[in-house]
Amino acid sequence: MGEAIVITSGKGGVGKTTTTANIGTALALLGKRVCLIDTDIGLRNLDVVMGLENRIVYDIVDVVQNRCKPKQALVKDKRFDCLHLLPASQTSDKDDVTPEGMKKVILELKQDYDYILIDCPAGIEQGYKNAIAGADKAIVVTTPEKSSVRDADRIIGLLEKEESIGSPHLIVNRIRNHMVKTGDMLDINDIVTVLAVDLLGIIADDDEVIKASHHGEPVAFQPDTKASISYRNIARRILGESVPLMSLEDEKGMMSKVKKFFGIKS
Amino acid sequence: MNNKKQAVTIKGTKEGLTFIIDESCSFDHVLIELEQKLSSSLVEKEHPMIKVNVYVGNRYVSQEMKDQIINIVRSKKNLIINDVISDVMTKKEARKIQQDLDVTTITRMIRSGQVIHVKGDLLLIGDVNPGGRITATGNIYVLGKLTGIAHAGVEGNRQAVIAAAYMNPTQLRIADFMSRAPDFETEGLFMECAYIDNKEEKIIIDRLQRLSNIRPNMNSIERRMSNG
Repeated sequence: MGEAIVITSGKGGVGKTTTTANIGTALALLGKRVCLIDTDIGLRNLDVVMGLENRIVYDIVDVVQNRCKPKQALVKDKRFDCLHLLPASQTSDKDDVTPEGMKKVILELKQDYDYILIDCPAGIEQGYKNAIAGADKAIVVTTPEKSSVRDADRIIGLLEKEESIGSPHLIVNRIRNHMVKTGDMLDINDIVTVLAVDLLGIIADDDEVIKASHHGEPVAFQPDTKASISYRNIARRILGESVPLMSLEDEKGMMSKVKKFFGIKS
Repeated sequence: MNNKKQAVTIKGTKEGLTFIIDESCSFDHVLIELEQKLSSSLVEKEHPMIKVNVYVGNRYVSQEMKDQIINIVRSKKNLIINDVISDVMTKKEARKIQQDLDVTTITRMIRSGQVIHVKGDLLLIGDVNPGGRITATGNIYVLGKLTGIAHAGVEGNRQAVIAAAYMNPTQLRIADFMSRAPDFETEGLFMECAYIDNKEEKIIIDRLQRLSNIRPNMNSIERRMSNG
């Protein structure tokens, strides 16, 4: 029996879909059977980020309305056999899916997968209610911006009311270290203090993420960019490993490493 | 029998006059006798104003009955009613006082979009985040960070105060007064309290330690009963 994790944020554009794709990829890299579900009906993106758009035949609305079996609608990933996607519909409306219908589908999929990642649409209306219906856990994505933290706070408040979902975990996305240093961006400590939830991971703002999603290939697949390491660390933390947070500081070549080794402040 | 026993007894005290009204006779009888006594009493017209306390004992007087008594006494030129004192109150009134006396303790975070309202005082153990709101008919005490909106004395109690372990609110409201955070970013302050300053007619924020000087009788029941 697998675990269903909803990835949500309240605010749009903070990186829910990218996070879903990358955590899914990272978990698959670790050999887990993963199913990604896109619940942003009418505005599906997850298939594009994963580069699977051309393989879609059926979608989640077809499954909920019993027009096909869940297995028929699932799209297998190009890179991994153990990674599947249940795409959202582009032509239907959010109201075509009910929370009960979602619950049923997720319960069925839980039999075959270790992890089910649910990509939640922005907002707190019907789409959100559908997305969280079948979830056991929640990950809240935020960026170090005030509006985004405010919405994350609202979402956490709503998630805490759901009895079936445990205390949500937090991912702080798109951190620009130089701006944090100059005080033009919220500090991670500030965000965690305000939201008072467990921090699951931090991801630096990295052009590689945009580049990778442009090519329909999640960044987590790359071996050594900062963002990919961050996503893989998050996946390991989901599996229960204790992985320290990565430093956001840029290493300034060999000399600084040597200085650091001897404890000399540069 | 009632005719023999006086329904209204008038006594002079240092503060003025006290009318003691017999608690067992009918109210109509009281009104008639009060009228008679006051018209027959020889009070000189030039006499300064005299304060009158009406003591009705174990008789329940509704607001309407109170007004009747007050009207009779007022119609005599140099008498002013100070108070009508009764030893009894309705259960409803008692319950309201009880509610206003109560301190409701809530242990949780108030996040954006969440609203908490309590009758009486509120003791919140947790933070109020921006976008969150707490309101109380009495005082508000926050054992945590107050960065959202707090409204004390929502039903008009201007004596209400807001105290917080860390004060950096979006807005503070007490009764019908409001103050908001400045437009520039501020660091909050630890251990602060907010109250309405009677002279300046606005909300003042001060150190928590000053609260005992600002509201010396904050915890006395009498104060609450008169505000309740």
